[in-house]
Amino acid sequence: MAILVNRNTRVMTQGITGKTGQFHTRLCRDYANGKNCFVAGVNPKKAGEVFEGIPVYATVREAKQATGATVSVIYVPPPFAAAAIDEAVDAELDLVVCITEGIPVRDMLRTCHKMRGRKTRLIGPNCPGIITPDEIKIGIMPGYIHEKGRIGVVSRSGTLTYEAVAQLMERGLGQSTCIGIGGDPVNGLKHLDVMKLFNDDDDTDAVLMVGEIGGSDEEDCARWVRDNMKKPVVGFIAGVTAPPGRRMGHAGAVISGGKGTAREKLAVMEECGIQVTRNPAEMGKLLKSALR
Amino acid sequence: MKIHEYQAKKILRGFGIATPSGIPCFSADEAVEAARKLNGGSWVVKAQIHAGGRGKGGGVKVAKSLDEVKQFAGKILGMTLVTHQTGPQGQVVRRLLIERAADIGTELYAGLVVDRGSRSVCLMASSEGGMDIEEVATRTPEKIHKAFIDPLTGLAEQDAAGIARKIGIPEPAIAEAAALLQGLYQAFDDTDASLVEINPLILTADDHIVALDAKMSFDDNALFRHPEIAALRDLDEEDPAEIEASEHDLSYVSLDGNIGCLVNGAGLAMATMDIIKLYGGNPANFLDVGGGATAAKVAEAFKLMLRNPRLEAILVNIFGGIMKCDVIAEGVVAAAREVKLNVPLVVRLEGTNVDLGKRILAESALPIISATNMADAAEKAVRAAGSASTSVGGV
Repeated sequence: MAILVNRNTRVMTQGITGKTGQFHTRLCRDYANGKNCFVAGVNPKKAGEVFEGIPVYATVREAKQATGATVSVIYVPPPFAAAAIDEAVDAELDLVVCITEGIPVRDMLRTCHKMRGRKTRLIGPNCPGIITPDEIKIGIMPGYIHEKGRIGVVSRSGTLTYEAVAQLMERGLGQSTCIGIGGDPVNGLKHLDVMKLFNDDDDTDAVLMVGEIGGSDEEDCARWVRDNMKKPVVGFIAGVTAPPGRRMGHAGAVISGGKGTAREKLAVMEECGIQVTRNPAEMGKLLKSALR
Repeated sequence: MKIHEYQAKKILRGFGIATPSGIPCFSADEAVEAARKLNGGSWVVKAQIHAGGRGKGGGVKVAKSLDEVKQFAGKILGMTLVTHQTGPQGQVVRRLLIERAADIGTELYAGLVVDRGSRSVCLMASSEGGMDIEEVATRTPEKIHKAFIDPLTGLAEQDAAGIARKIGIPEPAIAEAAALLQGLYQAFDDTDASLVEINPLILTADDHIVALDAKMSFDDNALFRHPEIAALRDLDEEDPAEIEASEHDLSYVSLDGNIGCLVNGAGLAMATMDIIKLYGGNPANFLDVGGGATAAKVAEAFKLMLRNPRLEAILVNIFGGIMKCDVIAEGVVAAAREVKLNVPLVVRLEGTNVDLGKRILAESALPIISATNMADAAEKAVRAAGSASTSVGGV
């Protein structure tokens, strides 16, 4: 079954008419069952138009009613992206994948609070998206590097996730689902939320968890794994060499007040029974060795 | 983005926060003039740099006469102030704040930060003001009181008053303290701040609450809607290489090693630094060229790295997804031709159009050391940097 999305998922693109939205909607549609999955676009000023066969609606609600889409992917520019998430939540979609990088934290704080008690899940923002290989790709990751298999991947970064996937592929390990949860300090699904889903997924045998400096999501996830996880988990944390107080590219990748160091995260993960490597070239090897 | 104390105090006054009267100055004469204007019998001469710990480093002095103001101002201006937040190289003082000395009763602490776990702004307050708050948090965590603020409703008066009581503010001053804490949150929220810290916050002998110090920093992603705050940026406080990088939309952080890294993606860039260290080397920088880099942008990134006198090798690590390896390869070749490449260059390409990228590098006839994976790349870069330091001239 994989997690969250599969070949039967129907997706709308918010921001389909922008340059990025167009480019990636094409690539997503060309991947696996994408032609059937990407069914609608949303742009209040271009309702009634058609983007390469995909109808554009004025609102998320209209797109949902007309096409049955229950998932949206957002490429809307940062000043308007949080409002785009709010609209998808109000329309009671199941899942929103927000690719946009650079959304103000204040906007995300409000959006996250509005989401409390609602049914919608959020992946991102500032993330590569989600892919269930050979079925559906929602986001900006290169599809061809993946293959269907039984390893779950969850990560805060983009290209480091592709690196992890490539290392798995070198060892013949395909993936059930790969999720990039994003590099922002305030985001939707966290490592822990995704880990729970992988734990319950019959198509996932083991999980590769990739984290980085900043916050304590990896530690929270590790403690849950210690008490509940039925499958092997291995991990890597980027940023052992990052200086404190400096933002390392991602808005959320910063050691502040001595908290959120890679060393501390790695220590907690190990204490909780997660095998970790300090060598980013050995993520695939480690996962392979953890499979019984 | 960080700003100076005097700028933060000006913003906070706009939200009703009481601060001592003060005037920013750029010379000793201006300092004397400011003290004269402020009246009173004693003044505080405060170095303005974007780092804490200024008092311990000798950047804050109490002057009892106008002569002393002149003397301290002359001494502090131009000095290289080294504090636990500046790093060993320190920061040159170019601006001062002259304030009327305050009548300090009790020193308290108040701060606001974004708490990632609860996805809300956290108000922290303590009776232990005037000290390093991280130290207080480690030694006596029970003396730090927190309130998590719902962004949809804000900081309620009773919650602010509750925190004020917990840090020992006497009943007659509770209303004023609660209003101050609410004002701080309003300032944080309205300006898209990422940090507001008042240390110390003082309770005067006659039960008034005054922000004796102020520190604010802001969410870079929100500066587009605060041009008045963006205008407060002080380039003198920033690393020149990082300023140049930001002009080219490159994400760059200077480090103290000798192996330059050029990587696409922040996570992979950090992992590349880590693996260099793991193989016995030291990264010279963090550099993420982003997802949509062009050949021209890659060339700028090269020039930036090559300006570092400590540089002894460059490692390019690219996982092409949306960004194609051939684009990176063209950028690398163009840059190597344009600037005199005088250090060994190790390149590892993977992903979209990797074969085309590798061919462009091979056909360039440049002395590029190609690597098959991250480990191979790190090993080769560390070895190259090692030999570069013994044989002058590099390649």
